[in-house]
Amino acid sequence: MRALTWHGRHDVRVDTVDDPEIINPRDAIIKITATAICGSDLHLYDGYIPTMQAGDILGHEFMGEVVEAGSGSTLKKGQKVVVPFTIACGSCYHCGKHQYSACDNGLPADNQDIAQTLYGQPMSGLFGYSHMTGGYAGGQAEYVRVPFSDVGPIVIPDGIDDEKVLFLSDILPTGWMAAENADIEPGDTVAVWGCGPVGLFAVQSAFLMGAERVIAIDHFPHRLDLARKFGAETINFEDSAVYEALMEMTGGIGPDAVIDSVGLEAHGFFVDNVIDQIKKSTFLGTDRTHSIRQAIFACRKGGRVSMPAVYGGFVDKFPLGAFMEKGLTLKTGQTHVQHYLPGLLAAILEEKIDTTFLISHRLALEDAPKGYKMFHDNQNEVTKVVLKPGLALA
Amino acid sequence: MSDVNTDDAPLSASKHTAAAIYTATESLIEKRGDTMVGRAVTINRPRAELFAYFRDFTNLAHFMENVERIEVIDAKRSHWVVKAPGGRTVEWDALITDEVGGEYLAWASQPGADIANSGRIDFRDAGARGTVVTATLLYDPPYGVVGKLIAKLFQREPAIQARRDLRRFKQLMETGEVATAARTRKQFEEEMA
Repeated sequence: MRALTWHGRHDVRVDTVDDPEIINPRDAIIKITATAICGSDLHLYDGYIPTMQAGDILGHEFMGEVVEAGSGSTLKKGQKVVVPFTIACGSCYHCGKHQYSACDNGLPADNQDIAQTLYGQPMSGLFGYSHMTGGYAGGQAEYVRVPFSDVGPIVIPDGIDDEKVLFLSDILPTGWMAAENADIEPGDTVAVWGCGPVGLFAVQSAFLMGAERVIAIDHFPHRLDLARKFGAETINFEDSAVYEALMEMTGGIGPDAVIDSVGLEAHGFFVDNVIDQIKKSTFLGTDRTHSIRQAIFACRKGGRVSMPAVYGGFVDKFPLGAFMEKGLTLKTGQTHVQHYLPGLLAAILEEKIDTTFLISHRLALEDAPKGYKMFHDNQNEVTKVVLKPGLALA
Repeated sequence: MSDVNTDDAPLSASKHTAAAIYTATESLIEKRGDTMVGRAVTINRPRAELFAYFRDFTNLAHFMENVERIEVIDAKRSHWVVKAPGGRTVEWDALITDEVGGEYLAWASQPGADIANSGRIDFRDAGARGTVVTATLLYDPPYGVVGKLIAKLFQREPAIQARRDLRRFKQLMETGEVATAARTRKQFEEEMA
């Protein structure tokens, strides 16, 4: 099959590799019909993620058609499914509590060592995202092997356009959980840092959960326009002082809940020195730790902090004093995708949530390297690149 | 010596290794080495089921990746052939030294073992969470410190193996399979080799 493979910094290629096969009883093989490049894929692209190996297949946002199902799978050949980016077993204690991203068994035993050393306990596996998260081949390919296919994938009814449901794989549930973690109460003002896909879905979700006002913060004008379309007020941090603006916009109180979704998710896997290196070399790198500090500083007394943005190492100058003195609550975590799928699929089918607005570019799988470069070079215009193996070359 | 620690922590977590090993070997575990490893894992399955699966040593190779084969000699004795660095194998005879069905099992390698080892494995009810399985292992690092380093480089060090084997035991018991990221059966077989 053809697959997008990683070879090093700014070097991704579409190669011919062996087709995936059923290995464990609960596996299924999915023929990919649509897959997206995630903002966090750019950090693999930039070469910042440790434990990558040349030839690794990328991609953790994907969907497709079941072509083969193992004896323990509940899927049937021909079904259309969206696959969560988190690989969870459905049988362990954490899966029983719907804490799927904390699954005990999603990571191969040998790969659990690194996360256990870094975090104390290993987390679930992830598709296409380095060997620290399992070394699973991703879905930017013609086919993918999906472990625990009786638990993760959600079956999509016939006749639904791929683009409407593709983002169930990651960014829609991530944005939804971000808003849920903000414990929004009717009448709340919610501030969202970062208008990438997760931030924009958090904006939509916050309104659905009863927020009266959402204030979206970014520096890309096009992304702020998208937030405004969903009813958010906006702050462009290149034009306005964020704390001062928020305090005045909330009558001197501060937002009731703050969401940090500055989407360099990949930071989650950085060790200290790498973070420092990025801080020095990129504007966003320095900005993102700033966003959580700023969010805590601006949040009203007794307010809630939700942090979908992934951190993995150590953060300098975390404002522990402001956090304690104001009595804030912090909720965070990798998304428990499987938990949210049925409700969010229903919301899409009932047209309560729009996802297709996000897609700015559609490319053939063969053009994936071009997609990475476009996304990397122009984050204002390129909000989401969707790859379709079946699409003709542009 | 048994009150060497002033707390309730497991002996395997003790900072006073020699004293902890002395205490551990006063009761159930025979002394077969100077390195002690302890690991606990909670498995979301009933205690009796886990014990029964484990007690049938022909099952162990399903999750103990380094075990090439275990020959069951009789109810108490078994012969172990285990992969070692450099494509070699190490072998020993193990004797069950004590056992209470459904609760624990203690073993010790017999004279002539390539790697002397002993230990116990305990199964304890954990209510709604299933069963806590605790393995405590005493061994002599293969060929001393240098051997241990080489084994570690090749990921065949007993402490690393014990940790990973317990995780695989949990995976197999909870999910019915051992997680692998292999994409093809060929890759899978290479990983198992």
